[in-house]
Amino acid sequence: MKIDQLARAVLEGEPRALARAISVVESGAEGASHLIDLLYPHSGGATTIGVTGAPGAGKSTLVDRLIEGLRAEEKSVAAVAIDPSSPFTGGALLGDRVRMMRHHADDGVFIRSMANRGRFGGLAPTTRSVVHLLDAAGFDVVIVETVGVGQAEVSVAGSTMSTVLVLVPGQGDAIQALKAGVMEVADIFVVNKADREGADRMVSAIESVLQLADPLPDRTPPVLRTCATRGDGIAPLLEALDGHRAWLRKAKRLQDFRIAAAEEELRDALGHHLTDRAIAALDEKEAWIERLASREVALPRLIRVAVRAIRDAPRP
Amino acid sequence: MSEMPDIAPIRVLIGKPGLDGHDRGAKIVARALRDAGMEVIYTGLHQTPEMIVSAALQEDVQAIGLSILSGAHLTLFERTKSLMDERGCGDIILFGGGIIPGDDAEALVAMGVDAVFTPGTPTGKIVEYVKAAVEERAENGAS
Repeated sequence: MKIDQLARAVLEGEPRALARAISVVESGAEGASHLIDLLYPHSGGATTIGVTGAPGAGKSTLVDRLIEGLRAEEKSVAAVAIDPSSPFTGGALLGDRVRMMRHHADDGVFIRSMANRGRFGGLAPTTRSVVHLLDAAGFDVVIVETVGVGQAEVSVAGSTMSTVLVLVPGQGDAIQALKAGVMEVADIFVVNKADREGADRMVSAIESVLQLADPLPDRTPPVLRTCATRGDGIAPLLEALDGHRAWLRKAKRLQDFRIAAAEEELRDALGHHLTDRAIAALDEKEAWIERLASREVALPRLIRVAVRAIRDAPRP
Repeated sequence: MSEMPDIAPIRVLIGKPGLDGHDRGAKIVARALRDAGMEVIYTGLHQTPEMIVSAALQEDVQAIGLSILSGAHLTLFERTKSLMDERGCGDIILFGGGIIPGDDAEALVAMGVDAVFTPGTPTGKIVEYVKAAVEERAENGAS
């Protein structure tokens, strides 16, 4: 395939080329690195928003409403929605798009489903690269909807400028809100399904915990109520996102975020790349793993052997 | 669990165009394809052919499967097929199922639908079909 031609078509905003380019990057097929080399320099212009929260909290419906609101502001929007892959077969049922089908005739909207392909943290292995592609293709806003997360999957926070954590009434008391992990990375809290009983208690539990924390310079994360199925509370959420972006632009915070995000992306990608290479370079891999399982060899030694194997392997 | 499969999973879109609200069949097929290691994009009920083709384009799927129990299969498949050709994705495999009389199944194949499965088809047969058809198209394909 002619990767240069594909990259040019992506930059010209050709939707089919963009769809194909995402598949190339996602599969790690031949040409994926070249494609990223060509397109990455054109990214960096988009506003990126992460939407995370537990399964069934209403993330996809909320993303659908955000797309609607951003389109009303005449911003073009791309969304990446991630669902889990099966740990047994590698297959996946990607159903987030069901909530977003009404934007199908709008050329200013591009939606892509991704399977997490076994990666922990809430994103798929190539989500960050796919976001760069959508950014390079010229979308004003790129939204990332994570897999339904538990308490500790926070990868999205290091990849998107603003992180929205979607909660629902009855999802725990102030002790839950006090815990480390996902509760700490939200730039904006949303209590969705706020027409249900317990919404007030949920909001005050989060607010009470936020008051215990050392406040960020001139910013406390807002706690908003939405009812995404009805479209209630979306305008204040868009305003809060604008507010957070304005805060980021002050005092070089955005620059700091970009550097931290780049480092996290490098560590993540490099870690997996080196693991793959080490496993491939390891002589008699199965035998080593059996020896590890039978306690004949301990992990630190096997790691030294694997690292040596990379060093001694012929250059690809 | 190994992180990345050696080859990229097949991507399939399962859609329910038209007005009937019976999606058990579509879900069973989606589940069977998922269990065979494919990434299945499910679009939900009451979709138009426009919605389905637009989603298939953005998702870069290799196959589209439509489930139709309303009796409107001739119209809906024809519209889907012509939209696919119009929008430059006539190379995607198009298959379907539902309550489709034999004569109509022949008519669908004649208009360019790649395969039609009727009630009672074992899911394994659909899985095998999708795998073989995707493989065949990749061998003959331009990309």
